[in-house]
Formats: sequence, C-alpha cells, structure tokens
Amino acid sequence: MIADEMTPAVSFQKVARHFGAVKAVDALDLDIAAGEFFAMLGPSGSGKTTCLRLIAGFEQPTAGTISIFGERAEGVPPYRRNVNTVFQDYALFPHLNVLDNVAYGLMVKGIGKAERLKAAEEALALVQLPGYGARRPGQLSGGQRQRVALARALVNQPKVLLLDEPLGALDLKLRENMQEELKSLQKALGITFVFVTHDQGEALSMADRVAVFNEGRIMQVGSPQEIYQRPKTRFVADFVGSSNVLPPDFVQRYAGQRRWGSLRPEAIRITRETGSDAIQARVSGVSYLGAATRLALDTEGLRLHASVPSGTAVPEQGDAVAFTFNRDAIHLMDEAP
Amino acid sequence: MRSDRSQSAPLGLKIAATCGLLFLHLPILLIFIYAFTTEEKSYQWPPPGLTTQWLAVTWNRPDVWEALSLSVRVAAISTLVALILGTLCAAAVSRSRFFGRETVSLLVILPIALPGIITGIALRSAFALTEIPFSFWTIVLGHATFCVVVVYNNAVARFRRTSGSLIEASYDLGADGFQTFRHVVLPNIATALLAGGMLAFALSFDEVIVTTFTAGQQQTLPIWMLEELIRPRQRPVTNVVAMVVVLVTLLPILLAYYLTRDGDQVAGAGK
Repeated sequence: MIADEMTPAVSFQKVARHFGAVKAVDALDLDIAAGEFFAMLGPSGSGKTTCLRLIAGFEQPTAGTISIFGERAEGVPPYRRNVNTVFQDYALFPHLNVLDNVAYGLMVKGIGKAERLKAAEEALALVQLPGYGARRPGQLSGGQRQRVALARALVNQPKVLLLDEPLGALDLKLRENMQEELKSLQKALGITFVFVTHDQGEALSMADRVAVFNEGRIMQVGSPQEIYQRPKTRFVADFVGSSNVLPPDFVQRYAGQRRWGSLRPEAIRITRETGSDAIQARVSGVSYLGAATRLALDTEGLRLHASVPSGTAVPEQGDAVAFTFNRDAIHLMDEAP
Repeated sequence: MRSDRSQSAPLGLKIAATCGLLFLHLPILLIFIYAFTTEEKSYQWPPPGLTTQWLAVTWNRPDVWEALSLSVRVAAISTLVALILGTLCAAAVSRSRFFGRETVSLLVILPIALPGIITGIALRSAFALTEIPFSFWTIVLGHATFCVVVVYNNAVARFRRTSGSLIEASYDLGADGFQTFRHVVLPNIATALLAGGMLAFALSFDEVIVTTFTAGQQQTLPIWMLEELIRPRQRPVTNVVAMVVVLVTLLPILLAYYLTRDGDQVAGAGK
C-alpha cells in the first residue's frame, strides 16, 4: 500500500475504550501526521496510555475506528501491526542476550540467522551500544536497557514507534541526554514517534505536537508553543507550564472581556512605583529555582505566581509589593465562564 | 544480637542435632543393610552374614518387573497430565482476572491438603457411581489429582515473578501466540516445570493410599512391597527394591531442588 502524503499515520475517529463503568478513553478524535514526533501528555489515569495500547493493539476500542496509515486497525492483533513499542519497564527478555533480544522480531518473522544478527548489530550501533550484544539484560544499567529496548523496536523498521513513559525510570542527567538523542534519532529515521508522558517539560521539549489528556478526553492538541502560550482551558493552563489561571472577573477588569484567562509567571513584573496600573500584593512564598525565583503573590483573594529572573532584587516573604503586566499577555481561554 | 559467626554452637545443641539426624536416617541405612543379609525369614540384627545374591534374585522375579513397569508408566503419564493441566491452570490464574479465580486456585491446591485416604475414598465412590472399571487409567487419574498441585505451585510462582509485559513485548515484535509460548513463556518457566514435574513423578512413584483405592487388582511398586512384607519368603528382595525406590525418587528431588535454587535470576523482570 502506498500512503499518500496526506494519509495520517494514526487516525482516531470517535474512539472509546470503556472498562465497565470507567471511561478510560471517550469520544476521541485525533490525527497524527506521518513523520511526526507526537506527545500524549496528561496526569495518570487520563487515558493516554490506553490510547497508546489501542494503537499497539493490546486494547480494542469499545466504539469508533482506528486506522494506521489508512488501514483499519480494529481486530488486527498486535503481531500483525507494523507498529512497535518501547515499554515502560523495557520488557527485555531475561533469558536472551542483548543481540538475540534485538533480533527477536526478525527471528519470529523467519529471517535467517546471519542476516538478522547483522541487522541487530546495526541497530545496536544506532543506539550507541555497539559490542554489547553478548551481555544479558540483567548486566546492563537502566539507560542501557532503554537503548536496547529502542534498538529492539527499531530493527523491525516500524511505521509508528510507540514509547510508553520512555524516560520515566532514568535519572535527570540521563533523561536530558536521552531526550536530545531520541529527538535526533526521530529526525534521522523519519519514523512517526508517539510517546506518552506525564512530564510537561519532556513533552514540550521533544514533541512537534502535543495532545493534553484529561479524564479520557483530549483537552487540546497543538504545537508546544500553542499549548504553553495559548491554553484553551483552565486544565491545560494549570497542567502545562504552571500558568496563572485568571477568573472571569479579574480578566474583565484588565482585558475587558468576561472570560477565563491565563497569564504566564514570567509576564508578571514586580515594580517599585505605585502607579495607577500597578496591582498591590503581598508576597506569601519565595522559592529559589536556580535560573529564576518563583514568588507567590496574594492579591484580591487570588494567588498568582511570578517568575523573577536571577540577578534582580527579590522581595522577602511577607513584603508588600506592586506588580504590573502587559495587558496583551493575558491569554483568553475558550472555556466559558 | 547473638549472630557471631565465629562462635560455634553449644555442645548440647550439637548432640541434639546429631541425634535427630541419626534418628531420621539410620532406619533408611538399616533397610539398605538388610538388602544384603543372608537370613531371609526375619529381620535379625546383626545380620548373620552378607551376600549380594538378593540382587540377582530380585532381577529374576517377574512380579518385581511388572510392578516397577506399572509404577513408572503411571508416574510418567500422571506427570505429563499434571504438566499440561497445571501449567494451563497457573497461566489462567496468574495472567487473567475472572470470577471465581481465588476459588479455582484453592480448589486446585486442596487435594494435597486433603488426607490421601479421603481423596482415595472419594475417587473410588466416584468410579463406582459412574461404573468406570478399575484400570491403569483410574490409577493415573488418582495420582494426577495431587501431581497437578505440585506443577501448579511451581508454575504459578514462576509466572508471578515473570514480568507480564514480556508477553506483550513478544506480540508487539510480531510473534503470534504459539511463537510467544515457544520463545518467551516456555524458556522462562522451563526450570519451574522441570522441578515440578520431577517432584510430581517422585510423589506418584511412591504413592500408596490413593492407589489402594483406585488400582483394582494391579500392583504398583509400593503396593507390591506392602504385600511382600507379609510373606515370609525371600524378604530381602523387598529391601533391594526399597533401595532402588529410594535412589529413583531421591535423584529427581535433588535435581529439582538444584534447578529451582537460583531460579530468581532466570525469570527476573525488566527492571
């Protein structure tokens, strides 16, 4: 089958997956473009992992249709889908060495030993683990296992690669390295990557587009910039980038429209002058974050967070201060008041 | 904190431990010695003389061979039945959730907790009710009830230690159900099955009580030994057979112990 340019890699139409009374995924519409690095972001229990398992074929939709490169996927078992998964716990086969683990997919497809081992060696080189083939998974570190799991999936040349919380078990430094590496790997291979995460930083830094999940539904889909700067709902504003959610009354006073709004912490400026447009507030919390200091400001029965860059004067807890912001920085959300 | 390794145990404890071990194992040694006695009517101590003639006599007794062959066949078939049913049952209980799962688990283990005599009587009346004549297969059925438990227990413990995502990973990589069983499930549970199978074989091989209720006229080796003890002639033949039984059942149990001893490394999960 030749997929034309416009055929989405994965397409969900009115997809639902209910477990009894629990609606893990409900009335979901989503198109993931071919060659895209797509992130599914959400808190635990929001349905993002169920979505991934629906693409992999481990779950079947209760209603709706799923197609992968134009082909209907419902009823197709996982082993007949051209989709591979990097599991959260890596799921390396403990009884096989690294090379046989990577070659497993080719082995069950009946590819000759010499050919599949060569392909497995190449895949290991691709994830920067050349020469590790003879080791057992138990002898590898977490980061190395992650790479083996990646090689084991990629050796099958999947059309879509699914990654379930791929960096969750790694420490911070390793996670940052892997983020960059995954991203450049994806660009080099041109394979559609779909990854699930609860870490908004990870989703924003790696993905071309992000879908924010909550309670089995998608709240918003868009580029990281859109998601971060123009959240559509209070949930997205709150979950992504810790924006300040502004109630309709507040927004009406400063932006002229009675709508829910959001304001990013870095848009708030602490000021000494007490001009007419400055808002009086009391500092109720100060947390030092390295590159910036985060202030909690109480004003008009509202708590706002402001981010003050390092190197500028920082007020103390309990101080009375005034702050301003550019009126244009208030983003109006779609959500009705 | 009295776990000082260099300090040896008190003398009294050493003596008690030695006596306990002797009490357990000397009688077995006695059976071995009586296999070589020259006196055939009663067990006289000390043996008046030693001879190896009973080995030859035993070798030439057709009833011994018949009983041995029946026991081996029964044990082999019961073990095979237990391996298949026990593994399937363990897989169902540990892999999926269904109504009555805990009950099934309990019912499978129950036969080994029940006294053999109850199992025996129950089976006998069941056979009588359904008018099934006693045969080789009724013995196998009786033995399978407790052999399944041993295999099930071993398999279920191993399944529990094996990460569930391994099977999903195998499907994901293109292996169908059979390939997944052959290349992922079986290698991960193989040593547990071997150990369970060997224990099941050993259990079946020396089983008396259930067999007396399900065997009819046929004699398995342990039943033959019981009958033989009552007769006054060629008594040491029984001892020779006993010696063989000890060796035949001990070796698989030792091997089973050895195989599952470091099983933790075999079935470790992904993390």
